[in-house]
Amino acid sequence: MDWIDLLLVAVRVVGVFVLLLLLTVVNIWMERKVVADMQSRLGPMRAGPWGILQTVADGLKLFFKEHITPRKVDLGAYLLAPFLAVVPAFLIFMMVPLGPGLEIGGRSLPLQGADLNIGLLFILAMSSMAVYAVVLAGWSSGSKYPLLGGVRATAQAISYEAAMGLAMVAVVMFSATAPGVDSGTLSLAEIVERQSGTWSGAVGFLDPVLGYIPRWNVFPQVVAFVIFFIAAVAETNRAPFDLVEAEQEIVGGFHTEYSGIRFAMFFLAEYINIFSMCAIAATLFLGGWNGPVWEGVVPGWMSAILPVVWLLLKSYVLVVVFFWIRATLPRLRYDQLMTLGWKRLIPLSMLWLVISTVVIGFRHFGLPFVG
Amino acid sequence: MVELVIFVLMGSGALAGGVTVVMARNPVRSAMGMLGSLVSLAVIYVVNLAHLVAAVQVVVYAGAVLTLFLFVIMFIGVDRAEDTSETIPLQRKLVAGLALVVAVGAAVLVWRGRFSWTPAAAESVPIPNGTVQALGGELFTTWVLGVEITALLLTIAAVGAIALAFYRRSGKASAEK
Repeated sequence: MDWIDLLLVAVRVVGVFVLLLLLTVVNIWMERKVVADMQSRLGPMRAGPWGILQTVADGLKLFFKEHITPRKVDLGAYLLAPFLAVVPAFLIFMMVPLGPGLEIGGRSLPLQGADLNIGLLFILAMSSMAVYAVVLAGWSSGSKYPLLGGVRATAQAISYEAAMGLAMVAVVMFSATAPGVDSGTLSLAEIVERQSGTWSGAVGFLDPVLGYIPRWNVFPQVVAFVIFFIAAVAETNRAPFDLVEAEQEIVGGFHTEYSGIRFAMFFLAEYINIFSMCAIAATLFLGGWNGPVWEGVVPGWMSAILPVVWLLLKSYVLVVVFFWIRATLPRLRYDQLMTLGWKRLIPLSMLWLVISTVVIGFRHFGLPFVG
Repeated sequence: MVELVIFVLMGSGALAGGVTVVMARNPVRSAMGMLGSLVSLAVIYVVNLAHLVAAVQVVVYAGAVLTLFLFVIMFIGVDRAEDTSETIPLQRKLVAGLALVVAVGAAVLVWRGRFSWTPAAAESVPIPNGTVQALGGELFTTWVLGVEITALLLTIAAVGAIALAFYRRSGKASAEK
């Protein structure tokens, strides 16, 4: 490891950081446009062509706004909370493999912030740390509505994290029995690589069709995918699970007392989390960066960046579903939120885990389940 | 060298967190101190190559247990003044006595030369493998009985807690119906 390697690591991290910020700027504009289309409005039209610079304008405005610090705040926690929101959001995206990695002058440059062997656990850990930002913001504001938002956030995060974790377990179990591997993995880069190729040979009599279907986890694990996606919407506090910041009930929820750039940081973290969750869902279930690269047909540089394009495309399909859900479904009541989490999603994910484990065991080891 | 710097930083972080838990007037601050302590410990685990333990530490303790603490603190009400009267008699005197014993013991150990500040030779200790594969393999082959018994124990504890929470005397329950 010499200084060039260190420099490459720095370039990687900064590159992912900048990419994420750019994507987030586009995401915020896209949400406004998509929702506007669904409601037969135009959405932002003034700043730049089709209003694409609207987010930049909003960001600049928030940056120069006056900070208002209410008198009853607990200052340390109040100032810390926005940072606690942004940092886990960035760290989660560092785990997402953007492509198969490049070879430049004999050095390998993985297109990923960091490939940890505990990647999935790290994602879970960081997404559970994100709730502290909401709780601290709610409590430290010294006002009733933020506190209510904070309490709601805690309950919601605990409830849906369990379902999300169980859905991930099903995927990890499944990818442990991919052909040609002898153990499971929690590294996201590995999980993506195990989804390359097609389903050819998986089920005998369907073979002519399976040769055209990519080996994505979503096909055998569709229930886990749905559970994961619902839990992801809840984890990011998006509609219809946005009880944390329900405007009609508790003003702005946890960020009621924040203004200017501090509010902008919460806003940024929310949109970063949306994209990260979609990218993780695409990585775990939709084959990540896997896709046709047409090597030799198109120029070499195009083959190199096509995987990134595939991942972004898959992620954006899911992002649009996020927006679609937001524009369609009304907010859940608190008791409905808890019922859905504890009485529907968690039992369903446990049942799915048992079913999928038994099937995997049967296919892998045969009947008495002994290797 | 890097290890030492991280150890000193994170160790003092863990200690500061622990002191905050005890000294803070506001229960939410205590919880935050505990969070700091837990995360500092997790970093020390990573330095010692125990990645899985570090991840589990953050997911389970910081992510789930402490969130529940916070939830309970907020439900009971953070603004209520704490009752600081001591319920365990002689507590302070006992703690002071124990602290004295520990201090004297440590002083004796250092004075007699039984304790050295530099760690033992590094070659004699095998490099630990704390990856998920290694630890999981150990847990589910060599220590599988312990794992299963612990799982059973935890299930019993959870079922017992629920049973106690819903426990009604049979006479009363029938009267209510």
